[in-house]
Amino acid sequence: MDLDKFKVHGEPLIYGAMVSIALATIGILVGLTYFKKWGYLWREWLTTVDHKKIGVMYILAALLMLFRGGVDAMMMRLQTAAPEMKFLDAQHYNEVFTTHGLIMILFMAMPFIIGLMNVIIPLQIGARDVAFPRLNAVSFWLFFMGAMLLNISFVIGGSPDAGWSAYFPLASLEFSPTVGNNYYSLALQISGIGTLITGVNFIVTILKMRAPGMKLMKMPMFTWSVLITNVIIVFAFPVLTVALALMMFDRLFGSQFFTMANGGMDMLWANLFWVWGHPEVYIVILPAFGIYSEIIATFSKKNLYGYTSMVFSMLIISLLSFLVWAHHFYTMGQGAMVNSFFSITTMAIAVPTGVKIFNWLFTLRKGRITFTTPMLYTLAFIPIFTIGGVTGVMLAMASADYQYHNTMFLVAHFHYVLIPGAVFAVIAGFHYWFPKVFGFRLNERLGKHSFWWIVISFNVTFFPLFFLGLMGMTRRTYTYSEESGFGPLNMLSFVGAVGLAIGFLLLVYNIYWSTRYMPRDTTSDPWDGRTLEWATHSPMPIYNFAIVPTVQTRDALWSAKQDNIPLYDDTKITKIHMPSNTGKPFILGVIFFILGFALVFSLWIPAILSGIGVIVMLAFMSFDRDHGYYISAEEVIATEKKLKRGEIV
Amino acid sequence: MKIDASKPLEYSTEENSNKIFGFWVFLGAEIPLFATLFTVYFVMVNRFASGPSGSELFEIGPVLIETFLLLSSSFTIGLAIHAMRHGYKKAMMVFMALTLLMGLGFIGIEIDEFFTYVHEGATLQTSGFLSSLFVLLGTHGAHVSFGFLWGAGIMIQLWRHGITPATANKAFIFSLFWHFLDVVWIFIFSFVYLKGLM
Ligand code: HEM
Ligand SMILES: [Cu+2]
Repeated sequence: MDLDKFKVHGEPLIYGAMVSIALATIGILVGLTYFKKWGYLWREWLTTVDHKKIGVMYILAALLMLFRGGVDAMMMRLQTAAPEMKFLDAQHYNEVFTTHGLIMILFMAMPFIIGLMNVIIPLQIGARDVAFPRLNAVSFWLFFMGAMLLNISFVIGGSPDAGWSAYFPLASLEFSPTVGNNYYSLALQISGIGTLITGVNFIVTILKMRAPGMKLMKMPMFTWSVLITNVIIVFAFPVLTVALALMMFDRLFGSQFFTMANGGMDMLWANLFWVWGHPEVYIVILPAFGIYSEIIATFSKKNLYGYTSMVFSMLIISLLSFLVWAHHFYTMGQGAMVNSFFSITTMAIAVPTGVKIFNWLFTLRKGRITFTTPMLYTLAFIPIFTIGGVTGVMLAMASADYQYHNTMFLVAHFHYVLIPGAVFAVIAGFHYWFPKVFGFRLNERLGKHSFWWIVISFNVTFFPLFFLGLMGMTRRTYTYSEESGFGPLNMLSFVGAVGLAIGFLLLVYNIYWSTRYMPRDTTSDPWDGRTLEWATHSPMPIYNFAIVPTVQTRDALWSAKQDNIPLYDDTKITKIHMPSNTGKPFILGVIFFILGFALVFSLWIPAILSGIGVIVMLAFMSFDRDHGYYISAEEVIATEKKLKRGEIV
Repeated sequence: MKIDASKPLEYSTEENSNKIFGFWVFLGAEIPLFATLFTVYFVMVNRFASGPSGSELFEIGPVLIETFLLLSSSFTIGLAIHAMRHGYKKAMMVFMALTLLMGLGFIGIEIDEFFTYVHEGATLQTSGFLSSLFVLLGTHGAHVSFGFLWGAGIMIQLWRHGITPATANKAFIFSLFWHFLDVVWIFIFSFVYLKGLM
């Protein structure tokens, strides 16, 4: 075996990363042993099938990945802050923008959203859990192991370096000979399977497990957005599965899908990637629309304006999202007819999106608005996202795109869409639902401080990039000359990035501070909410609802509060069936990790063994005859009493 | 667990009917998966480079046997479910065993076919056309092989526990999977082999 493959050539940065990873790992292991937390970790988290805990783990992992992706971003901004910087070399810059893009989209934005979805959806529809709690754990562990696999690439063998879109022939073995793009194909594959399972799980959950009376058109908007998102996942992710498999075959087994000789076709990759890639953007943005809809209605104390048109615009967006993929490569040689078609479909997406923006504005109109932190993020989202959308329409014009393509203008555009569209939304949702999960709010003053840091710095970071792009600065370039004149605006952008980092650090500090000092909140409904998640205790008991509520109107809790409609009959508590914990999903995840790692380095024997391991684990799971357990009615009544007294159970 | 006696056993609990619905959704994801593989194949179908084309490679004989085996197995799995609905455990096991045996026969012929191709110098590495052919057929074949193991596992559970809501549910879901593989094969048979031979 050739040990050199595992090494990454000597650079202080890499050694620094290795040392910090090693120290962090040792720290965690020693800490767990010292505080005797191994058993707790295994019983309460690694084996859990509870949707709330799985959601919390998704969000923790996403925050961790936000940190990693953010460090990547800072490194890039530092490297380009001034002309001829010597901080990163070209190869490292390539690796850093590639992992930044991958991590931010696949391992930060998407899991953050899936985390919120896990925590909130069953509560919002009045269910006790998702349809398949164990599969849900499988989803999480596959995502997590995929993310870890990509993360170790930086210190073992080298990261992918052909951009997050990994265009061929650049990503082929010939032009990217390191194992980096093997990591790409396997890490994304493993976590992608997890996401696909999530998609199936939530479609069934939402369609089959709603509280009695909750017709489709009475579902909360977040639930609608998640349903549509998961339909997109189920149709888009298989395309990625195939694309990644073909990439792996090309790189590991010498097949000829995307090669330049022997009948291969490099543009096939670009098409497959974006047939998944564009819907993927909507996978992260539609749930965000749902989150904003909930927050705007709650903090304006009004019904959401245009509910039906909101639903239909999301349906239309999801449909169109599959018909626009070629706008990512107008300049790569397809004919004028094709470009025109994709140009029109792309611009058409602006219409339903515009409908949503106006609906939000009309909801705000004459509302009794309270400016809480989640509401501030929502209000900031509307104008900033509009800038992103308008520049998107500029890019959609195929002929004009020849000017913007591959420049910093594009980088500015998609950050203007993704950051308000996804990141602000998950932060807003995080602040909004935090008290539901933990029983106390985040501090509002600190929250607002970090909000202003983040929103102002975001614009300072990315607005200059529009001009840099128009001046001709291309994306993915690691350095530029003094004479180009790009220096000052890049410096400004770097200053903004530092501000963003401060904003995010404040947010983390807020979590720490609030955990220690914020008063516990025993009302279970701190924001005067409208939907069912606020109808149970905070933090909620393991079974969510002692009695499943009956729904009559759209904002069920709101009407219950206004018109005194009872949501449930308190006297009818019966025994509750719950799924039992299991370690198998975690073990399956670990085996997938080993399989992925072995394939990255073409270690065939471990790969075959772990492949067999996967099958054996699946068989174990099929033969499992543990059908869960019951919580007796007496126990439920006792727990409810305690919760009503404000005790933590 | 509440059992609803008015429904067939495999649908009789809420969990069971959710599982069946979930599997339909999963099949909904298998459609874009195979559709993508077919698209790749159609893009690649004339890109032989220096390798052989489909009409030089394909032989109708083994393919007809494969088709016959898979279609018949789809019929027998249907009979197995029919027997299950009537509570005939033995008949059900026999029909499932027949199904799996025919599946095994299918896999055997496919592997033999692959060996023949490779022997003739037509490998995964030869051309874009062959890469896409091997991956399309291989993905289907891998599904059948996985189905074989899965079906065998279900048979063991049936043998141990008899026809219960849980085993009936598993067997029914397995039958959906098996039928689906048959449908995919019909597309492969028509658009890969017959069209390739023309
Ligand atoms: C937090 C502040 C962020 C900063 C300062 C930042 C900065 C950057 C920079 C400098 C680049 C590379 C430009 C180039 O040389 O081509 C980049 C690329 C990218 N960023 Fe960000 N980014 C941030 C957040 C995000 C977020 C939240 C997402 C997604 C949810 C995201 C997604 C991407 C993608 C997809 C790329 C393209 C990678 C590629 O070229 O392959 N970024 N970002
Ligand atoms: Cu797009």
